[in-house]
Amino acid sequence: MTTTTAAVLVPLLPFLGAVATLLTGRRAPGFVRPLAVLPTLAAAALAVLVACRQGGGQPLDAARRLTPTGSVPIDLALHLDGFAVLVAVLVTVVASCVQLYSTAYLREDPRYPSYAALVSLFTAAMLLVVYSGDLMVLLVGWEVMGVCSYFLVGHYWETEAARSASLKAFLVTKLGDVPFLFGLFLLASDAGTFRITGVLHTVATGSLSHPTLTALLLLAGVAGKSAQFPLHTWLPDAMAGPTPVSALIHAATMVAAGVYFTARLLPVFTASTAALLVLAVMAAVTMLGSALAALAQDDIKRVLAYSTVGQLGYMTGALAVGDRGAAVFHLLTHGAFKALLFLGAGVVIHAAGTNSLAAMARMRGLARRVPDACWTMTVALLALAAIPPFSGFFSKEAVLGAAEHAARGEAPGIPGAAGWTVLLAGLVTALLTAAYCARLWLMCFCGKDPDAAQHGRESAAMTGVLWVLLIPTIALGLAAWQLPDWFDGRSLAPTLPTSLLSTGCALAGGLVVYGAWRRTQALAARVPLGAVAADPEAAPAVSEEEAIATHLAAYGSIAGAQDPADPGRLLLGPLHRHAATGFHLDALYAALFVRPVGAAARLVRFLDREVVETYVRGAGTAPGWLGAAVRRAQTGNVQTYLSVLFAGSVVLAVAAVLVASGA
Amino acid sequence: MHLVYPAVLAALLFCTGLYGVLARRNAILVLMSVELMLNAVNLNLVAFDVWLRDKLHAGQALTLFVIAIAAAEIGIGLAIVLLVYRARGTADVDRLRDLREDAPAEAREDAPVEAEKKAEAAA
Amino acid sequence: MTGTSTLAAQAHGFLSPTGVEVAFLLIGLVTLAAALLTVTTRQLVHAALWLVVALGGLAVEYLLLTAEFIAWVQVLIYVGSVVVLLLFGLMLTKAPIGRSPDADSGNRWPALVVAVAAAAALVWVVADAFRTTWIDLSGAVQGTTKVSGESLFRYWVLPFEALSVLLLAALVGAIVLSRMRRKKEGER
Repeated sequence: MTTTTAAVLVPLLPFLGAVATLLTGRRAPGFVRPLAVLPTLAAAALAVLVACRQGGGQPLDAARRLTPTGSVPIDLALHLDGFAVLVAVLVTVVASCVQLYSTAYLREDPRYPSYAALVSLFTAAMLLVVYSGDLMVLLVGWEVMGVCSYFLVGHYWETEAARSASLKAFLVTKLGDVPFLFGLFLLASDAGTFRITGVLHTVATGSLSHPTLTALLLLAGVAGKSAQFPLHTWLPDAMAGPTPVSALIHAATMVAAGVYFTARLLPVFTASTAALLVLAVMAAVTMLGSALAALAQDDIKRVLAYSTVGQLGYMTGALAVGDRGAAVFHLLTHGAFKALLFLGAGVVIHAAGTNSLAAMARMRGLARRVPDACWTMTVALLALAAIPPFSGFFSKEAVLGAAEHAARGEAPGIPGAAGWTVLLAGLVTALLTAAYCARLWLMCFCGKDPDAAQHGRESAAMTGVLWVLLIPTIALGLAAWQLPDWFDGRSLAPTLPTSLLSTGCALAGGLVVYGAWRRTQALAARVPLGAVAADPEAAPAVSEEEAIATHLAAYGSIAGAQDPADPGRLLLGPLHRHAATGFHLDALYAALFVRPVGAAARLVRFLDREVVETYVRGAGTAPGWLGAAVRRAQTGNVQTYLSVLFAGSVVLAVAAVLVASGA
Repeated sequence: MHLVYPAVLAALLFCTGLYGVLARRNAILVLMSVELMLNAVNLNLVAFDVWLRDKLHAGQALTLFVIAIAAAEIGIGLAIVLLVYRARGTADVDRLRDLREDAPAEAREDAPVEAEKKAEAAA
Repeated sequence: MTGTSTLAAQAHGFLSPTGVEVAFLLIGLVTLAAALLTVTTRQLVHAALWLVVALGGLAVEYLLLTAEFIAWVQVLIYVGSVVVLLLFGLMLTKAPIGRSPDADSGNRWPALVVAVAAAAALVWVVADAFRTTWIDLSGAVQGTTKVSGESLFRYWVLPFEALSVLLLAALVGAIVLSRMRRKKEGER
């Protein structure tokens, strides 16, 4: 098998698996699990094979033109470089873990076949984005992901939160996709091709007509997909979907697509200083805002969602300082430990019977009940907080190192302001990240109050996956010395000053939260709080669905809880209220966009009902009246009819004679 | 002979028949009036045939056909009238008014009500 | 039978009736009067009898127009069978014998208006059109049985046969219609 064939099979296998699952899922439920897991596993193996064959060498290009498509040709093209093959390995590995995990997590779900098929399709679409060498083909995968995320986030469509979250995810990402599409067209019209190599060649020769406009248009799509400020609002709400879906969206697919796309086309962005500055500011705002918001969230998954937004901010920050190696490195490590965190959170939610940190903080022995989740999540949280020697430390150092590099003006073509922005925001965010990691860990695993109901033992498929993901979480950092060969060749190894600074920040953040937690601990005993799902023995997905559905009723808000024992509340002070709602961005959007659109829709409805329909109804009523009048002539008497008939013919005959005789 | 005489006679006979068709109440009298109209046409046909000295004698042939058709028509017409009379007990044209505008509507409104009443009675 | 040539007729002028014309006019008046009585009499059976007079008068008119065969067919079929059928129909529908006040429907006055208007229009048009046209009744008789038979079976055979099919269909139809009720009763 050639490398190209293997690379074609990588996205094709999950796609065929999805089709087969959709076709047979209803009639042969026994085949669903193998059909869901095996193609993904095979794709993972093939992706590893492709990565080994490619080995970071020269980019591999293969293209086939199926049919002429007018002025700008569209090819089925593969473009395999170090970024593509490594991201593909990450995607397939995480997708395999998610599929395995889902077999246990949704074991009693009646909609499991369609769920598994959509996850496979999602994976296939992401792999298409990763491997594609043609922007139009990439866009196909990009949009398929949007649709799949809509369906998967809305998997628990019985709950209101899931329905609105899925719609929101779809609309917000599409809002970014429209400018994205125009950006692609601009690129293609300048380059005369949709091939990425052709576009990059055009950029290299400097013949891009509107670099800033193009970059900003593309940036809108990237911000939508990768959940960057100001289009990040869909991501925390997408937590209403099942936990494995969250893991898939957050770690490997959807959100990674935006960063990966920017990394692919980084020369387009570096061609415009303004675009880089916008990117840097966007990254900084995203990092800081999301970290603060994460500190105030009560739902464990929303904490992780905001942390994802923040980590994606690091990646876009790295891109803003022109170092795509660091960005993709962070993408890889983040994919591993964030998938682990989400899958572990699923286990914890099942064991605790709630998704509320406030309720978990009042449960003793949660750590003892789910030791696998406890240990793996502890490591993953340390990685997230960038504590050495875990993987997150190295990748975050690579980002901060690149930022420092740019800030000192050593990176050609990168504005120093962008470097400073990213560096400072990154350091502050490192502190906040450590703080919310510590808060999450303390509230989750160090509960004090009496035990809650004992839940069933977690299945091996769920816990085993956690241990599998632990390996890259710990060890992937060591790749910092290997990866430059695969990427642009720029060093990714940590530098001493930034390492000391950021580790110091992280430790400080963790210690502050610990201190606050010790102080609030006394309050926790006095204020009983918590609602626990009613079915301890049900499948994990059922517990989660109940927890999501009851959170609003139990705590008064989908995001926060009125818990005085929360260290985040103490630390944030008056800011907590705003942070819990994501700094009122949703309310702002509602006021700015939703309500005007709703008013316009009402106006249109009024015009349609009262104005347009009046004419329609009038057009119907007038003939109706005419008919009623004519109906009166229908006496049923044949002689009357005949009289009128003959009278008419006489009149006609006389008229005809008069006309003929010229009278 | 002046052609106006048969032509005017035919026209007057036709209009007499027309009056009968429109004014008579009994269906059989209506049929008689129809016969009058047919005969008026026949007179026209014969008169013009004779006037034109047609080689084919189309007028006379057609007259014969009309007579035959009239015979068939009167047979069928009487059968229908008898059927109507047996079914309704009357042969008056102006009492056969089932197709009048409000009659079917009433029937439609009445039918379900009656059905309900029957159902109630049965219960 | 006395006839006039076209030239002679033209020489005679418009108001110089010949014997045939006088006979035609007189018989025509009788026929018209009988027809009017047919449609106006209040005694239903009398109407049928007046119809006999009218149809018979028409047969005489056919004779005057030298259409002998048609005249005899008229007498045979109309007077002989059609009127008999109509009388049977009257009896079967239990038509009242004697004067029936409701022989005319409420549509009488509109009918009168339409009929008079139609008559006026037709007479006006016909008189205007054929004011100066004469029929030449001299020469070979045009409506003898021989002539009619020859033209009928030489030029009109196909329509004639088709007509026989029509008559058959009418026969079957009449039988079916009159049997329908009995069948229904049998089903019940």
